[in-house]
Amino acid sequence: MNALFFWLFSIAMIVCALTVVLGRSPVTSAICFAFTIFFMSGLFVMLNAFFLAAVQILVTAGAVMVLFLFIIMLLDLNAAEKIPRQKVWMGCALLLALGFLYVVALTLNATPEGAVTIEQAPLHVPSPRVVAMRTGTHPGATPGFLEDIFDDTHRIGFLLYTNRETTTYIAPFEVTSLLILVAAIGVIVICKQDEPRRPASREEIIREAPPKSTKPETVSTR
Amino acid sequence: MGTEHSYIGWFLLITPLAASVAILLHLYKKHDMAIFASIGSAVICFLIALDVAFGNLPAPEPWTWISLPGSSESPSVNIEIGMIFDALSKGMLLIVTGVGMLVHIYSYGYMKNDPGRGRFFGGLSIFMFSMTGIVLSTNLIELFFFWEGVGLSSYLLIGFWFTKESAAAAANKAFVCNRLADFGFMIGILTYWLLSGSVSIEPAVVANYHPAISLAQVQTTLTPMEQSLHHGPSINVRHIGGIEATSFLLTIMVLGLFLGCVGKSAMFPFHVWLPDAMEGPTPVSALIHAATMVAAGVYMLCRVYPLLILSSTGMTVIASIGCFTAIFAALIAVQQNDIKRILAYSTLSQLGYMVMAVGCGGPDAAMFHLSTHAFFKALLFLAAGSVIHALHDEQDIWKMGGLSKKIPLTYWTFLIGMLALSGFPPFAGFFSKDYILSVAYDRNPIFYWVGVAAAFFTAFYMTRLVVVAFLGPARTPAAEHPHESPPVMTIPLVLLAILSLVGGWSIVGIKAHYHDWFVSVLNAVGLVPTGVESAIPLAESGIFPDWLVPLMTVSAGAVSAFFLYRGRDRDPLNIKLLAHKFYCDEFYDRNLVGGQQRTARVLNWMDSWILEGLIIRGAAYISVGVGEVFRLFQTGSLQTYAFIFSIGGVLLIYFTLFTH
Amino acid sequence: MDITLNHYLAVGAILFVIGLIGVITRRNLIIIYMSLEMMLQAANLTLVAFSRFNGSLDGQVFVFFVITVAAAEVAVGLALIVALYRLRQTTQVQDLTSLKF
Repeated sequence: MNALFFWLFSIAMIVCALTVVLGRSPVTSAICFAFTIFFMSGLFVMLNAFFLAAVQILVTAGAVMVLFLFIIMLLDLNAAEKIPRQKVWMGCALLLALGFLYVVALTLNATPEGAVTIEQAPLHVPSPRVVAMRTGTHPGATPGFLEDIFDDTHRIGFLLYTNRETTTYIAPFEVTSLLILVAAIGVIVICKQDEPRRPASREEIIREAPPKSTKPETVSTR
Repeated sequence: MGTEHSYIGWFLLITPLAASVAILLHLYKKHDMAIFASIGSAVICFLIALDVAFGNLPAPEPWTWISLPGSSESPSVNIEIGMIFDALSKGMLLIVTGVGMLVHIYSYGYMKNDPGRGRFFGGLSIFMFSMTGIVLSTNLIELFFFWEGVGLSSYLLIGFWFTKESAAAAANKAFVCNRLADFGFMIGILTYWLLSGSVSIEPAVVANYHPAISLAQVQTTLTPMEQSLHHGPSINVRHIGGIEATSFLLTIMVLGLFLGCVGKSAMFPFHVWLPDAMEGPTPVSALIHAATMVAAGVYMLCRVYPLLILSSTGMTVIASIGCFTAIFAALIAVQQNDIKRILAYSTLSQLGYMVMAVGCGGPDAAMFHLSTHAFFKALLFLAAGSVIHALHDEQDIWKMGGLSKKIPLTYWTFLIGMLALSGFPPFAGFFSKDYILSVAYDRNPIFYWVGVAAAFFTAFYMTRLVVVAFLGPARTPAAEHPHESPPVMTIPLVLLAILSLVGGWSIVGIKAHYHDWFVSVLNAVGLVPTGVESAIPLAESGIFPDWLVPLMTVSAGAVSAFFLYRGRDRDPLNIKLLAHKFYCDEFYDRNLVGGQQRTARVLNWMDSWILEGLIIRGAAYISVGVGEVFRLFQTGSLQTYAFIFSIGGVLLIYFTLFTH
Repeated sequence: MDITLNHYLAVGAILFVIGLIGVITRRNLIIIYMSLEMMLQAANLTLVAFSRFNGSLDGQVFVFFVITVAAAEVAVGLALIVALYRLRQTTQVQDLTSLKF
């Protein structure tokens, strides 16, 4: 069952990714990219990462892809690339890809730890700190700490916002918020178009567009 | 006299400087304002000079220019910009500002229609600034600064008509000659500094400088004539700077200082620039290249006279060079045809007289002749300028003739100048030349006889000039219809003519003035002049008065020239050697200029191929070449960058993980 | 055939390589951007896989951060593309060679 879904999701994801890269229309690419993310979320679910699967679909497939599509529509880039694909570049890229995959294959081959199946892998290995909490050698020790909490959303929450399971991620989390704020401001600054100045008063209007009755001065000098 | 007025002296320098700066920065296109500023500054200078000379205006407080702290090995150095107001500088100041003012006024008429007259007056103001500075300098460094200033203004004004190739070449020639000589001058200054630890030429300092040689040595360095002339009390012997002043070093010092004079006053080896300098406008020739600047060398020698007597070799060289230049230039002048060149060689000859006088131990005679010469030579040049002006830029005397009737005022003033220069009594030149000859006779009768011979030729060529140019029939159409110059030009002529007439008279007192100064200098040194007053050449026999021989010679020269040239259309004498100025220029061209040009070509080749080509351009081309190679990597294609970057990434992973 | 960690890592590598090919071969800035995003997601997949097989959730926290940063990056990047398009009327990279000398 596990294997079936893994192959299903993986192959679908790779096919969609190939369509993103090889497709001629940006819209096709964008749609396929959304599907790629969708299938990747399936893989996340199989890896017990339910929270991230949801976040992935919400943020990447939802917000980011909408943004991409929006830009494509806005700039009217839907026209397919007219330029023929360069075979040379394709070959180069393929060679490079094969080289990279070869390195990866060598690595995986050299690490027997990678051969462990998902059933053999424990879902939650308590960290030394959690062990200390449970056995009471840590201040504020609670027997049976976290033993009954299995859903990952809950546990990621613990990781992000508390320091009970391990050292806290609260500071990076806050910095991330700052990053997003800066990005938002940056986007506004970059994209803001200066509006053409509107004439403020009647005098300026007349100066910029004089009434038709007044003759242009340059003609009379001839 | 209160010291509160002393700063007025500075205006002698500030006024012409301000005028020249204003002209060169703003006014050189606004001619009227430039002329007004320049002439105004000259008049103000003259008025202040009058106050200095006759009102006993005190000198301004010196201003420290360069100040270096001393150490145990070397004394501290303080170089000041100051002013000396003593008898010597007062007299010279009056000449410079007075003649300068007259020339300024004359130039207003002479340059009336020149398109560059604003620039011309700017140059004149620079000259007035620098020349006044030379006259009033308190030390040799300050003097050298202004010395170069007059060199600059001379260069600018000789090359005033710089579109004329000959004028530009003449300006360069003057500049190069002066630079060469100034190199020697610098050696002289530095030797003086080395020996005394000071560069001051204030009379008290110079008089009290006695190098670390014993009195006996000093006495042996003096010739018997000088000993008789200056048998004074003992000289203080001091060690200064720890450097022993050998007679060799003293000679170097004297000759170095004299070399400065040789360049500026155009003595024999460096005389070639002065005749060519006549390419400049005539007022410039009158002021700079006849009356004042070329006399600055003589003035400088007089200023440092107490140093000169420390080396008898130096004194002999000075006298010999002066004497030789006097006769040499007079001979050349006999066969010249350009009115200004005749006068230029005459200037050389007269400067030779002055230098000879200094070398013979008579700086007062030199200054006396300098003063009278300034009057009559400025007069002659301005009158010649008037002639040239009247004939529309004709300078060849053989194309003149018959001018005495048509421009009488110019003729009569020129005649006065000619008589004064030739040395006829009662004109100024007679007295001063006579004085010089008597001094020369004291030193060595050879100098005297050569001087007399030069006087003969002086009278000869001046008479020739007057006879050919002013008398007889007009030889060209232009000479038939000359027009007299406007009053603004003739009034300075008349004033200078009066000065040329009375300048030598004892009631004017120029001679006595300089003699008093000389006596005071000798007294300050500790010597007593004895012989000058009683030395009467040829008077031992008691038959002739001392002025008789020169007067007879001069008359002979004038009379012979008068009868030789009267009514001639062509030169009856045709001496190629003299017409070609003893082939000096040709000699220099062949032997010195050629070598210099060859050296310059070699250096130019080194500069353009080795220095600039190999080193500078080579370095540039190497970096350019490296850049050309590396720019190939900058394709501007994003794909290429990403591809190369990815290859790097993959290789990095591979080498980190799989190579051990 | 049981699914092991290696399977997930291999899938992640393949996805990463596909993204790389897209970056290198495509000429449209938007597609290049998508490919870049895909490479980021490939890294995410391996992070989640490691997280699951190590029994620790720290990897997932990292993925969370990566998604956040990627979102911000996409926003800024697309804004840049818009500004560029206004200026040059193109999003083809071969037209953007002003820096080439």
